[in-house]
Amino acid sequence: MMNQDFINTLLLTGKLAGWTTVILLVIGFPIAYLLAYRRFPLKVLVEALISMPMVLPPTVLGFYMLVVYSPQNAFGRFMAEYFDVRLAFSFEGILIASVIFSLPFMIQPLQNGLQAIPASLREASYTLGKSEFTTFVRVLVPNMTPSIITAVAMTFAHCIGEFGVVIMVGGNMPGETRVASIAIYDEVQALNFHTANQYSLVLFGISLVLLTLIFAIKRTPNP
Amino acid sequence: MKIETNIQTNTNSVPLQGPDSYREGVLSIFILHAMHTSEGKKMLEVNTEIMPQELMCLFGHSGAGKTTILRILAGLTKPDKGRIVFDGTVWFDSEKKINLPPQQRNVGYMFQDYALFPNMSIEKNICFAQKVKDEVEVEKLLVLFDLHSLRSRKPGQLSGGQKQRVALARALAAKPSLLMLDEPLSALDYEMRTALQDEIRKTHDLLQTITLMVSHDIPEVVQLATSVMVLRNGTVVNEGKPEEVFDQPPNPLKGE
Repeated sequence: MMNQDFINTLLLTGKLAGWTTVILLVIGFPIAYLLAYRRFPLKVLVEALISMPMVLPPTVLGFYMLVVYSPQNAFGRFMAEYFDVRLAFSFEGILIASVIFSLPFMIQPLQNGLQAIPASLREASYTLGKSEFTTFVRVLVPNMTPSIITAVAMTFAHCIGEFGVVIMVGGNMPGETRVASIAIYDEVQALNFHTANQYSLVLFGISLVLLTLIFAIKRTPNP
Repeated sequence: MKIETNIQTNTNSVPLQGPDSYREGVLSIFILHAMHTSEGKKMLEVNTEIMPQELMCLFGHSGAGKTTILRILAGLTKPDKGRIVFDGTVWFDSEKKINLPPQQRNVGYMFQDYALFPNMSIEKNICFAQKVKDEVEVEKLLVLFDLHSLRSRKPGQLSGGQKQRVALARALAAKPSLLMLDEPLSALDYEMRTALQDEIRKTHDLLQTITLMVSHDIPEVVQLATSVMVLRNGTVVNEGKPEEVFDQPPNPLKGE
């Protein structure tokens, strides 16, 4: 019963969530580090901005992303002229929007994880002559694996569940921006309840597995 | 502004140190620092010199500033004002804006919670501290602190006394030029304490440097220390050999 279209849509959904998670892991760690350990002016504002996607209607973010992507504006023009990338209604476009929209789901668990590590561990490493970077790699990261798994699972699950931003920024283009959540909407509109049900079951299953994983991690006592 | 006035009053009673002359192994400390405690703001004022190879105990009630002094010396807390010179090297000078980071001070710091790295085995904890990898040295330390049978265990699987031995071994592995112990024995029962006092003595003798140790246990201080600094609300109220300090009849600390 699985036709190629169905599989392609799910693969695209996984590709979007996967890339979003990888990119956020790379940029999320430095941000979480700064938020956890440094004091700087307007820190609360930065924290609030990062958390905005949790309360903001996805359409608001989607609308602003479209404005930013427009070749009439600096960023969109820059991407078009230098990289020949058109961001509106493209995979790259929904990827950037998705990274921004999932920011808090990556950063908050990482920040909490870093803050939960006793300060004495960092300080002990410093007094042993280790740099901040060595301390981060050898002492901090290995002692916050539950937080890292939570952050990755939350980000991935949230990405898969994304609808509003993708439809605003990406529309519904098969193989480019048509992810599972949008396909469900589309199939229901076309009265293809069977296909909608298939997509829904897959998303339901993945989300349940990921959230069960997160709760299982929270229950296991720290080593 | 408040700090300024404090310096003024301080200079009247205790003279500031004169120009540097290199004195091998001497730790000279001049600190003025506002501590923010649960009982409000307190000024920490210390002006002293510690001679080479001394094992000095910082003695006083909790909140007196003992740990803060160690943290300032290790470079973990930045004092408001002052000057710290060890073995001819300026570690901190508020006027010249010198503040060496902990990495460049080469101190061994044993935290109250021991701060062993939970992800590393006992052996790895000790290896991590070494500036140059030296497996023979690690073996020596494992034997010296009776940790050989525990080498592949994680810190979470150890008792308090075992953790303390690992922490001492790790501090030694870094070959520090100054050893600081923050209430190393407070979390242990009586028998363990007496056994581990010997370990501390051993560590101090091996390093042949200054050891600073926070304690509020008089027998322990008398047993171990070559000198004592008594702190009260951030001020040094007494300093000297343990016998002298604790035998003075009107002891302000015994009554409390």
